[in-house]
Amino acid sequence: MNFYAIRAIYIFEMSRTWRTLMQSIASPILSTSLYFVVFGAAIGSRMGEIDGISYGAFIIPGLIMLSLLSESISNAAFGIYFPKFSGTLYEVLSAPISSLEIVMGYVGAAASKSIILGLLILMTAQLFVDYEIMHPLWMITFLILTSITFSLFGFIIGLWADDFQKLQIIPLMVVMPLTFLGGAFYSIDMLPEPWQTLTLFNPVVYLISGFRWSFYGIADVNVAISLGMIFGFMLLCLATIQWIFKTGYRLKT
Amino acid sequence: MDKKKINCLSSAISIHNLSKTYASGFVALNNIDLEIYHGEIFALLGPNGAGKTTLINIICGIVTPSEGTIMVDGHNTLTAFRAARSRIGLVPQELSTAAFESVLNTVNFSRGLFGKASNPTYIEKILRELSLWDKRHEKIVALSGGMKRRLLIAKALSHEPQILFLDEPSAGVDVKLRRDMWLMVRRLRENGVTIILTTHYIEEAEEMADRIGIINNGEIIMVENKAILMNKLGKKQLALTLQNPLSTLPSELEKFNLSFSDGGKVLIYTYDAQQEQTGIPELLQQLGEHGIDFKDLNTSESSLEDIFVSLVKEK
Ligand SMILES: Nc1ncnc2c1ncn2[C@@H]1O[C@H](COP(=O)(O)OP(=O)(O)OP(=O)(O)O)[C@@H](O)[C@H]1O
Ligand SMILES: [Mg+2]
Repeated sequence: MNFYAIRAIYIFEMSRTWRTLMQSIASPILSTSLYFVVFGAAIGSRMGEIDGISYGAFIIPGLIMLSLLSESISNAAFGIYFPKFSGTLYEVLSAPISSLEIVMGYVGAAASKSIILGLLILMTAQLFVDYEIMHPLWMITFLILTSITFSLFGFIIGLWADDFQKLQIIPLMVVMPLTFLGGAFYSIDMLPEPWQTLTLFNPVVYLISGFRWSFYGIADVNVAISLGMIFGFMLLCLATIQWIFKTGYRLKT
Repeated sequence: MDKKKINCLSSAISIHNLSKTYASGFVALNNIDLEIYHGEIFALLGPNGAGKTTLINIICGIVTPSEGTIMVDGHNTLTAFRAARSRIGLVPQELSTAAFESVLNTVNFSRGLFGKASNPTYIEKILRELSLWDKRHEKIVALSGGMKRRLLIAKALSHEPQILFLDEPSAGVDVKLRRDMWLMVRRLRENGVTIILTTHYIEEAEEMADRIGIINNGEIIMVENKAILMNKLGKKQLALTLQNPLSTLPSELEKFNLSFSDGGKVLIYTYDAQQEQTGIPELLQQLGEHGIDFKDLNTSESSLEDIFVSLVKEK
């Protein structure tokens, strides 16, 4: 194991975060705060409780997931896309480092950022709404697993993308809609049929449901299924990355 | 590992049957066999598109070979890539750097990537040698092209490689810096580093290299000790400045294959320096017989550049 290399990539990526602090941390926090103000405080005060939880508190897990997914994906995608685009990736490719180590460095950094971001949003939420976390350890587990999984997914997008448009298109066109429709703002049993059944094909539903369970003990779907979905997706991403490195797809000519 | 024990003629890099066909179907390298010896400076020459960068990138692991094997100090570049790659430093042809990083950070990053614990003293030494120490806190975007080139050299040296590839190191580097770079390369070689460079400045190869390989259309067409190469292919020229300019020569002189230059004022005789009989006495005698007088004469040896041009043209 080339630990120095993993560390070098990790530090390099994290220092990019600090350099672009406004963009990478401050702006997601700001936009999530706006959601809390609008949906939690303003509109939420006129809404009834859902499963005995105030609307403002109900949307916290979903909103954190929303940021977590989009930030994990875009951080990890950009982290690997940029060296590929600027040509500096040659150095990583020529280094005595395995694909697993490359992934650990880049994905580790992207996931760390997301975890930090998720916790910051959680603290910010305290300013706007009251909430309690019923299963803090599970909450952290979901936070970490989701960050890693979607950073892996972002890493794949970064490897695959060969222009800036492709870099943005999946987060924007697929992940955003899925998250919005994934029960961030409502409980899925509030939906009429057939939407309620169709929604179960949206993987994000399982993420939000599981994460919300760790807060309030209520879930749209079984928690074990939620966990299983995350692990399944993580394995799928790992396998894809392994294949990309093995074949050199879009990395080596 | 004890460097002194390495035999001078053992192979640092050993390439067998190497071929590369790009996805486009273009054959960039065709069945290359090449040995690079420990401690030598090897210059790879060839016209644009000959396959120099492709060859270097394959050895360094950036491009995948289609066929063939490469051993670096006995380690296969594909199956024992860690051992192979950790010995190699690469200065790429393209100036690609992480624009917003500082000089020092990016050099430390390179060292880490190659699995070495940080060593500020050593990094300071190479940055000073490359006149980059004063710039260590600058962002890379703020560097000039020549400075970036030196930064790439610093990055390549950051992990103390035993083999250094310089892909056109002197492109865009001014004369003084080029001299400094040559000195540095020599110093590295004295410390046992094997150096492989490509260049389009043939005088650079002529000045620096121990051996020269010529590559054209993806094939190595010649590998030779520089001195032997110069000798073997070196043609000498005798230039006679005539008293009176001429446009034609008597037919008896045809066998000498003479040519004019400078509008008939200079007569040029080309001969093989290796030959016992240069033919010069005969030529001078015949010229005298035909009453062709000259006021000056000098000889010159063809440079590596001439050799290179004629070889590449031939194939
Ligand atoms: N990714 C690629 N896909 C297809 N063809 C390529 C690719 N990279 C290089 N080539 C082709 O392979 C040939 C060799 O390129 P290479 O860069 O190795 O040449 P070179 O000898 O380094 O030239 P130069 O002196 O210009 O640097 C060229 O004809 C080039 O067009
Ligand atoms: Mg080249």
